[in-house]
Amino acid sequence: MRPPPDSAAATPAVALRGVQATYLERGLRVEALHDVDLTLGRGEFVSVIGPSGCGKSTMLNLIAGIDRPSAGEIAVDGRSAIGRTGLVAHMPQRDLLLPWRTTLQNAVLGPELRGEPDREARALAQLDRFGLEGFADAYPHMLSGGMRQRAAMLRTILLDRDTLLLDEPFGALDALTRGEMQEWLLGIWSELAKTVLFVTHDVEEAIFLSDRVYVMTRRPGTMKLELAIDLPRPREREMTTSPPFVDAKRTLLHALLAETHR
Amino acid sequence: MKRLGRNLRDFAPALLLIAGLLALWEVISRAVEMPDWLLPAPSDIGASFGEAAPLLGPHVAATVTAAAAGYALALASAIVLAAAIDRWGLARRAIYPLLVTSQTIPTFALAPLLAIWFGFGLLPKVLVVALVCFFPIVVATVGGLRAADKEMLDLVRGMGASDRQLFFKVRLPAAVPSVISGMKIAATYSVIGAVIAEWTGASQGLGLYLLRASNSFQTDQVFAVIAVIALLSIALFGCVELVGRTVAPWTAAKEETAR
Repeated sequence: MRPPPDSAAATPAVALRGVQATYLERGLRVEALHDVDLTLGRGEFVSVIGPSGCGKSTMLNLIAGIDRPSAGEIAVDGRSAIGRTGLVAHMPQRDLLLPWRTTLQNAVLGPELRGEPDREARALAQLDRFGLEGFADAYPHMLSGGMRQRAAMLRTILLDRDTLLLDEPFGALDALTRGEMQEWLLGIWSELAKTVLFVTHDVEEAIFLSDRVYVMTRRPGTMKLELAIDLPRPREREMTTSPPFVDAKRTLLHALLAETHR
Repeated sequence: MKRLGRNLRDFAPALLLIAGLLALWEVISRAVEMPDWLLPAPSDIGASFGEAAPLLGPHVAATVTAAAAGYALALASAIVLAAAIDRWGLARRAIYPLLVTSQTIPTFALAPLLAIWFGFGLLPKVLVVALVCFFPIVVATVGGLRAADKEMLDLVRGMGASDRQLFFKVRLPAAVPSVISGMKIAATYSVIGAVIAEWTGASQGLGLYLLRASNSFQTDQVFAVIAVIALLSIALFGCVELVGRTVAPWTAAKEETAR
């Protein structure tokens, strides 16, 4: 396996060790995650794929500190992050833009909560790059699906955290927009030198974007396979037909299909 | 222009129906030669409205003042109480049953009591209106505060928001459409509340005018005042609608796209 890009800084951005998660559903104990191990090197782009309902979103909620694991350790930058919010920038599956706020007001929510000055100017300077120029004062219902997603992404970026947790951010978009958004995201990622944990159920998307891909099992979810993607950066769309890409796709699909048909 | 066209299209059926009913009423009352003190024809009511209009001014002003002041008082206290009920479970358990019980007391029983305690001035009228308008706003606001999207709350909490920030930045704005619904219901109650309060004792107001007219069998005047009360209530409702569109443009736009 290729070492993470910044292996000199030995502390991983995010580390999960033996994480268990159970919750109550209609009085029944449901085990969502079972003994999950995951490491996210600084500056790495890592994807997690798995059958739907395997606990991917639960895992992100745990890292974001919204929920607590029933056992195991979660560390962000080497310090325990259990139950601690605000350490990473989390972007849930639904864009969750506040409908009573304009694009700009939504984007500055993070800095606003911390009472930072010049937040609007900082957001305005980014609108262009997020394809939202001219829509600063538009309400979310006036935006297209892709724009809403980019607005949610801008809000996530303006949280100004080193690590981004992205939960199927392009799941609801059409194929064309989706492809554009993937390339756009890679641009943002390399420019801002962020660490990304990306959840998706799209194998090609995971390979195209990532340094490494984890495959999760069905519920209770655990890591079944970890695969380094041996493709150069910057990624080009033509690479999706190259032998390493196809090999990776075969391996991942095989692991994933074994789960869905189990 | 487009907006005007839509408004016309929206209101035309109701206006046509009202016009049709009035015409029917006119025809029937002329055909059976109904005495005026029993049921006057719409044209007679219109004529007596014309006569009474110069006299009605101060009465309308008195009623509108009581209705508006009581409404404002109800709105402010309802939102504060709803926030308290939402914040503290104990407050909800303690206050809610009392609140519901208070709604079972007939306004007609309460208004004379308030007149006994506070005299015949503006205050008892304001209080009656406030008591009538208070309940729908509290219930709607409490419902709205509880209805905030859980994932949205999780997200903003995950960004490091305090409870106070969560309330003011997510839950309260999320409740605005519900609050406005409650305010609309309350708006239709407010004028009636003021009229009832004036009925039980006042020196001015539409309620007093109504009482005098009915006591002297000026049935055409009674109908004229009823029409004024209806128009005032509709105007107040319209004002709330307008305020709602202004403070919550996102809900108004949603309704438009839903059409």
